[in-house]
Amino acid sequence: MPDKARVRATINGEPADFLCEPRQSLLEVLREELKLTGTKEGCNNGNCGACNVLLNGLLVNSCLVLAVEADGAKVETIEGVMGPQGLHPLQTAFLENAALQCGICTPGFIVAAKALLERKPKATEAEIRHWCAGNLCRCTGYDKIVRAVLDAETRMGEGQ
Amino acid sequence: MSPTETKQEYQVIGKRPVRHDGVDKVTGRAVYGADVQLPGMLYGKVLRSPHAHARIKSIRTDKAMSLEGVKAVVTAADLPDPEGRTANLGELGDVPLRNLTRNVLASGKVLYQGHAIAAVAATNPHLAEEALDLIEVEYEVLPPVMDVLEAMKKDAPLLHEDLCTMELGKKSDHHSNIASHQTFRRGDVKAGFASADHILEHEYRSATVHQGYIEPHAATAVWSADGQVTLWCTTQGAFSMRAMVHQILGIPVSKLKVIPTEIGGGFGGKIPSYGEPVAALLARKSRRPVKVVMDRTEVFMGTGPTSASYVKLKMGVTRDGRIVAAEAMLAFEGGAYPGAIVGAGGLCLLAPYNIENLVIDMYDVVVNKPKTAAYRAPGAPNAEHATEALIDEFCELLKMDPLEFRLKNASKEGDVQANDVRFPRIGCIETIEAARASDHYRSKLNGPNRGRGVAAGYWMNAGLTSSVMARLNADGTVTLNEGSTDIGGSRTSIAMQLAESFGIRAEDVSPSVVDTDSVGYTEVTGGSRVTFATGYAAYEAGQALRRQVVEQAAKLWKVEPERVLFEGGVLRDLDDAAKKIGLPELAETLAHRGVDIGARITVTPQKVGGVFGVHIADVEVDPGTGKVTILRYTVVQDVGKAIHPSYVEGQMQGGAVQGIGWALNEEYVYNQEGKMLNASFLDYRMPTSLDLPMIETIIVEVPNPGHPYGVRGVGEVPIVPPLATVANAIAHAVSVRLYEVPMSPPRVVKAMLAKK
Ligand code: FES
Ligand code: FES
Repeated sequence: MPDKARVRATINGEPADFLCEPRQSLLEVLREELKLTGTKEGCNNGNCGACNVLLNGLLVNSCLVLAVEADGAKVETIEGVMGPQGLHPLQTAFLENAALQCGICTPGFIVAAKALLERKPKATEAEIRHWCAGNLCRCTGYDKIVRAVLDAETRMGEGQ
Repeated sequence: MSPTETKQEYQVIGKRPVRHDGVDKVTGRAVYGADVQLPGMLYGKVLRSPHAHARIKSIRTDKAMSLEGVKAVVTAADLPDPEGRTANLGELGDVPLRNLTRNVLASGKVLYQGHAIAAVAATNPHLAEEALDLIEVEYEVLPPVMDVLEAMKKDAPLLHEDLCTMELGKKSDHHSNIASHQTFRRGDVKAGFASADHILEHEYRSATVHQGYIEPHAATAVWSADGQVTLWCTTQGAFSMRAMVHQILGIPVSKLKVIPTEIGGGFGGKIPSYGEPVAALLARKSRRPVKVVMDRTEVFMGTGPTSASYVKLKMGVTRDGRIVAAEAMLAFEGGAYPGAIVGAGGLCLLAPYNIENLVIDMYDVVVNKPKTAAYRAPGAPNAEHATEALIDEFCELLKMDPLEFRLKNASKEGDVQANDVRFPRIGCIETIEAARASDHYRSKLNGPNRGRGVAAGYWMNAGLTSSVMARLNADGTVTLNEGSTDIGGSRTSIAMQLAESFGIRAEDVSPSVVDTDSVGYTEVTGGSRVTFATGYAAYEAGQALRRQVVEQAAKLWKVEPERVLFEGGVLRDLDDAAKKIGLPELAETLAHRGVDIGARITVTPQKVGGVFGVHIADVEVDPGTGKVTILRYTVVQDVGKAIHPSYVEGQMQGGAVQGIGWALNEEYVYNQEGKMLNASFLDYRMPTSLDLPMIETIIVEVPNPGHPYGVRGVGEVPIVPPLATVANAIAHAVSVRLYEVPMSPPRVVKAMLAKK
């Protein structure tokens, strides 16, 4: 078995200090070692977005990031999206717009949409569809997901 | 409460409450199959066949077993011998147990690339994978049979040397890859065609496609020293999984508890067992909990996609647009073992139309591909693709509006189906009329290479057995245990039916999907049956709770129950205004007096309502690349009664988009040796948000007389019309007809060039 490396990162605002094998992906470590199973695995090769997390504010597929690359980084997962005030407007919008059916893609979509709205608080339907093209959903046909993101924009606009 | 066709006033039904399991799912707390974590848990991995067809000459596992960290290795030799026994799978019927067992771990032969052969449990998943490389399997490679028509030929290599065709229900002594041949026949087909003014005939093909649920299969097992087995898995049916594992492993049902986790999509593909018995065997051997999770490649290669198909259809039509005869041959691939759902395809094939004279031949054929599984309205999309595309050609020929043509032939209550069963009240005509009146259909479509297509579809839906247990809590709220795994929000639509029936708010019901020890027998989440049948059970539970609280209030006041009215959360004495009590107050009183208010309901409702849909698509074809863009798409569908309209719309949209993927891009691509070339989401191209517009929905409500609220199953029929809807739209955009799906860019370009 290969030697383990020590990784110090900040995960959802908390310091995290863990050992991992160099071959382990960030996704695997989040799920199997740190028990943060909100981040999902749909393909493990970068094609579905279920494993989306923010790495230093950048949207990444955590299945394509090695855990050792997270050393010194800030990682934000779905578990960190809800703030002390409660649900994030995106989470509320997903609930109210019935934007999930089975829900397995939902964490990835919410993390991805959050990254989009941080850059473009008024993203258009076309921009949302383009940005979320890396996230597969097999249940909804995307209609209600896109509407939920548009609704979240309104909610966040009003919140300011 | 009796169903009527006039609008009923409901308190809960038809509203859009936030789903009960929603917060857990948007915050990442919901536990899906692969999320299960147990102390001391090992990771299991499965060795799969690299060949499509081969004899296994030997398997050696000792090197794998000696790798440090490996705790168990299993092969088919660890499974009880299934010889000759029959597995009873409830609604799935009786199948030779051997077919189930051998699909879980191959013995003797491997029948498709990806066929499981052995499995390893190790302290981490990478070690388990390393160990797989140390298992030595010696094969004698055999020629594969990869196409349904090839497999039917007399000289085709046989997958199962002992398989004989079931010919019209009787076992023949004819050794073949044709597992069965059935026929539907009605009227006088010859005379029917003789009375036709126009006859058209075409052959339609569809490729193997996968359900494409985003969550891979996952199973975690504990086998304790006293033989008690606990299984966490992502399945469409905890009880049918229990039945399968019980039969495959030969352990008593009482020793087996299945705990269904949240399920990340299924669409029919999460009914069979794959890693579940394997995880249990590994747990027994290693004496540790074992989790077996598939990766995406394994999902494509090792689980059941749906049948590739061949459909030949001939129809005769009079000059005023009446269909007078139809003759069809359907040959569906079952994959490695018999079981293509071709009968349903045959039954649905012509169902939207009342045709006097017809004959439909259906063949279930084995080929060297994964054993097929159900996929949303299984059999119907492949079959109805042919009907709806051929009708479009008649409409062109007769210069008739396609919805006018369909209305002229539409099935209605009392008409006889292909299987000689009369339709009950159905909403075929209403659905076509709603499509005709839609904004989309009345709008103009302009521009080069653009075209509009329409097509209809039918799915019969299922009823089957469902159970719930409801209990009134001391504060007047209700806890609801139900046996149907919830893939798309059904927990809420079931809870809403209990709330409506009992007379409380949906928010005051707390529904849970529970394990096989905690609720009565419930069949799979499939056949669009959950909101219908489990909802029916919840309705009955609500009625039972209602009766009980009324009786208890009457007892309290020492009056006849007939005098007590429960309304708006309050019980009152109709004859004495002073006597009234809120439900929470009554519930609390009863709790402390040791009175249990609860209901345990099991139902098997018979009057299932079939459903029709009509889809409208506007497309634009890029003449250079053959790429088809969906400009606008509308789904019109009879739903009986929409319990939670948002989730009904969601089913309509999601089903349509799966159908669009099937129509345009999705297919298993195989090479000569029968090896799949595109087993990833990159190369097996499912629709993304960028490929689609919003999907418009029009809900038609023709109540099902067989359900207290008129519910019809809604989940499956929306995948039926898209194949022909898109094909017809392409035909009108660029004047070429494609008879094979997917209508991927290369095929479209080829067809356009051929025409030039
Ligand atoms: S699991 Fe990472 S992109 Fe699919
Ligand atoms: S809700 Fe099931 S995959 Fe998106």
